[in-house]
Amino acid sequence: MARLTTGSSGPATGSHPPDRLPTAKLAPLGGIDAAISGRLLSAALGSGGDFADLYFEHRFGADYVLEEGRVKSVGRGISVGLGVRVVRGDATGYAYTEELSEDRMLETARTAAQIASGGGAPGPVAVRIAPVPAFYPIVESSLDVAGIDKVALLRRADLAARAADPRIVRVEASLAEEWREVLVVSSDGELVHDRQPMIRFGVHAVAEENGQRQGGRSGGAGRFGLEYFSRPGQSPEEHGAEAARLALGMLHAVEAPAGPMEVVLGPGESGILLHEAVGHGLEADFNRKRTSNYTDQIGQKVASALCTVIDDGTLGHARGTINVDDEGNPGRRNVLIENGILVAYMQDRISAKHFGLAPSGNGRRQSFRHEPLPRMTNTLLSPGTDAPEDIIRSVKRGVYAKHFSGGQVNISNGDFVFSLTESYLIEDGKLTAPLKGVNLIGNGPEVLRNVTMVGHDFRLSDGTWTCGKDGQSVPVGIGTPTLKISEMTVGGTRTA
Amino acid sequence: MSTEETVGAVERPIEGEGATLRRTIGPGEARRGRPLPDPAECQRQAERMLSLALRAGADGAEVLVRDGRELEVKVRMGEPELVKEAGSRGLGLRVLKQHRAAVTYTSDFSDAGLERLARDSVELALLSEPEPLADLPRPETLARELPDLGLWDDRVTELDVPEAIRWARLGEAAALKSDARVTNSEGAVFGRSMGASAFATSAGFSGSFRGTNLSFSVMPVCDDAGGKKRSGVAWTASRYLKELVDPEAVGLDAARRTLAKLGSRKIATCEVPVVFSPDAARGLLGQLASVMSGGAVWRRSTYLAEREGTPVASSLCDVVDDPLLPRAAGSRPYDGEGIATRTNVLVAAGILRMFLCDTYAARKLGRQSTGSAGRGVGGGPHVTTSNLILRPGKTPARELERLERGLYVTDLMGFGFNGVTGDFSQGAAGFWIERGERAFPVSEITVSASFDELWKGIDAVGDDLDTRSSILTPSFRTARMTVGGT
Repeated sequence: MARLTTGSSGPATGSHPPDRLPTAKLAPLGGIDAAISGRLLSAALGSGGDFADLYFEHRFGADYVLEEGRVKSVGRGISVGLGVRVVRGDATGYAYTEELSEDRMLETARTAAQIASGGGAPGPVAVRIAPVPAFYPIVESSLDVAGIDKVALLRRADLAARAADPRIVRVEASLAEEWREVLVVSSDGELVHDRQPMIRFGVHAVAEENGQRQGGRSGGAGRFGLEYFSRPGQSPEEHGAEAARLALGMLHAVEAPAGPMEVVLGPGESGILLHEAVGHGLEADFNRKRTSNYTDQIGQKVASALCTVIDDGTLGHARGTINVDDEGNPGRRNVLIENGILVAYMQDRISAKHFGLAPSGNGRRQSFRHEPLPRMTNTLLSPGTDAPEDIIRSVKRGVYAKHFSGGQVNISNGDFVFSLTESYLIEDGKLTAPLKGVNLIGNGPEVLRNVTMVGHDFRLSDGTWTCGKDGQSVPVGIGTPTLKISEMTVGGTRTA
Repeated sequence: MSTEETVGAVERPIEGEGATLRRTIGPGEARRGRPLPDPAECQRQAERMLSLALRAGADGAEVLVRDGRELEVKVRMGEPELVKEAGSRGLGLRVLKQHRAAVTYTSDFSDAGLERLARDSVELALLSEPEPLADLPRPETLARELPDLGLWDDRVTELDVPEAIRWARLGEAAALKSDARVTNSEGAVFGRSMGASAFATSAGFSGSFRGTNLSFSVMPVCDDAGGKKRSGVAWTASRYLKELVDPEAVGLDAARRTLAKLGSRKIATCEVPVVFSPDAARGLLGQLASVMSGGAVWRRSTYLAEREGTPVASSLCDVVDDPLLPRAAGSRPYDGEGIATRTNVLVAAGILRMFLCDTYAARKLGRQSTGSAGRGVGGGPHVTTSNLILRPGKTPARELERLERGLYVTDLMGFGFNGVTGDFSQGAAGFWIERGERAFPVSEITVSASFDELWKGIDAVGDDLDTRSSILTPSFRTARMTVGGT
């Protein structure tokens, strides 16, 4: 199972110091050089592995929470460590340490080496620095901005949500920021260094009327400094007002129907469909092991001809964008499905070697404590030609999905669900009643064959999406234009 | 745990003092030269950090130190696929200065690192606003003596990588050999963790404990019609090596569960009684506890906020949170604020008796902490459950399926629970029941109801309590849910 979630439910990011520490300029991995890396790699390959890599990571994070109009707590944290991986065939040995003394790092390399047995110790590996693209150039790290300025952002969101309506009885606003510095050194001799910022903002509002309560959330994230908030729709006021709007709108939501219906997915967040219905199934590890329902399907028609699905790790500043993946390969734009035909899986090193292909820049890990796996970056459906109004107008009775809290997929059989937090009944081509929270369930390949209209209104969600697989969480992006699915099962309570 | 892990009031923590504990080194560990997690050492570090924080100007402080060893071995199609072994430690600090709080963490245990953390945390606290209710707990609420909960098994320390690989190979092979239709595998995973945890608070408590954990799972894959694959899982977990189910039995159980899914299909949309297996019920019970949290009550984010003393479940339901259960996965001798833990009855015969509270939630609601604070290295105290138990009923589990027609749910999927409103809608898979028999497997359906109706509608609770995790539940049946299908 793999799941995608939004909101502040991800692992705590921890945080950052007050303003006098030169955070972004700090060179926490400054003591690590090519010579030490070469000695560690030599130790890692000492038992005869085919390949080894070192993953040095330094994470600095801060978070601020405003509740009941008050900043109740501020947090910060620091996490430093080294993960050593040794690969022999399809097998991985992995060990990590938080102590970066050379003795401890060598011991860690030898522990990882136990996957291999026999073989001589190679000499030191010659290491050279490899160039890295810049998909998220940073003007100024938000961690270098005075904390009081960030508290002001929370207040603005809080005020906007409260001002929206007297029925808003509670508001919580939060800001989390992270600065992650990674150094990946492989036994191929390449060393890459990347700095990965992340900012995350969220507002949760509760509305109350006649004893009925409803919650609404709005938030966003990306690889930005505080310039995040000057982008359209992303000011603290806009997030605050949106959370209030969602909570208020739900006060009059009606029970959703149950059973098969036409479904229209709105632009942006509905990209969760691609993530769940095909994304995970196209990760190369499941296909190498023949446990995905897309195994052996390259070159075959797996979706409606209207569907072109892309995993794009190069979109400027997007949440899932990576200059380099966590195996040191540059982020890339990979077409997975072209006009309905499956053209590629997402590869990490081990799977790429198995398939005789180049890695696709999808080898990602949660932290130095985790081995890399093939993972998505930003997963998108390309725009089509239909007008979004025409798509809604074409539906006699169905559901229009706008906001989601998450989704989950069973990779082996392709069954997936996603959970709607804002949706409407469509009656005679018009949006009518808002629906209570409801799940949609479908089967990936079937649903993609049932895509009958695709809009021209592509939008990237700026939401705080976090993807979980094998116990590892990584930030991802999703995006889609409006699209229509001719039939999906709606999990409401009304059977009539 | 040994009685040598003494607990006492922290008046003036001095480095090198505090609890002592003899280190036990298993042969495997001694060979590696990697010491076991040591509660006494963690406690010394926690006390040292506490004194640094107070010296840096904090009015009050709490420190959590954790040290753990992790081993994970995965075998797939008979060959090791992953061997992962590491030690990891972290320190979490909460400081209070003029009733303002900051929560910080680090994995850097150097003297300079800890001193900087103390200074920066106190300075950081001044960014937040005064909230006297968030002050440390009153000293008289803190734990005085720590019960021995039996959370550590010395035999676990002796396990090494070859033994873990042997387990995984045996379990996977049993699944693959059991039936020709088991054609593939997502592997067999053996996991071991050993950890020590220490907590020190300037309110007047310092303590530590340690625990072992083992888990083993087998995940076979079968080919089904139409190119679909069916995966399933069986697992065992315990703090004690001798209490794990043996690998072949887990493998056979995994194969049986996976084969039973072959030919799964949708069913027509309907309203029927629904039986939840212990695996499916676990999630439901966890969701129920989330809306019985004092934090959710003052945040107005639970539909049960005004329901204390009223029925919230069928009279067949007794729900207890018991941190003192010997050898259990969620047991803890003190909570995340150093308060003595106790058994809390949440629901008695269907009536909501209490909300779980940490100190802050208790003060917000004008009541006492229930000793239910959780605390991770990366965050401050918050309400958590320990061992959350739905008491087993008298109905033999098989008899729950004595239905003319109904649904037996083995798996739930998705995030379809809204605690604010109690709306519930999730993806499901399991079996269709006809005339008391499992007629065929079903998948790609949804089950929906108001959560309140689901719990009040329980008309039978099974006798098959599942004790493997920190949520302990038998299977149970609810009278009516909406099933979304074709």
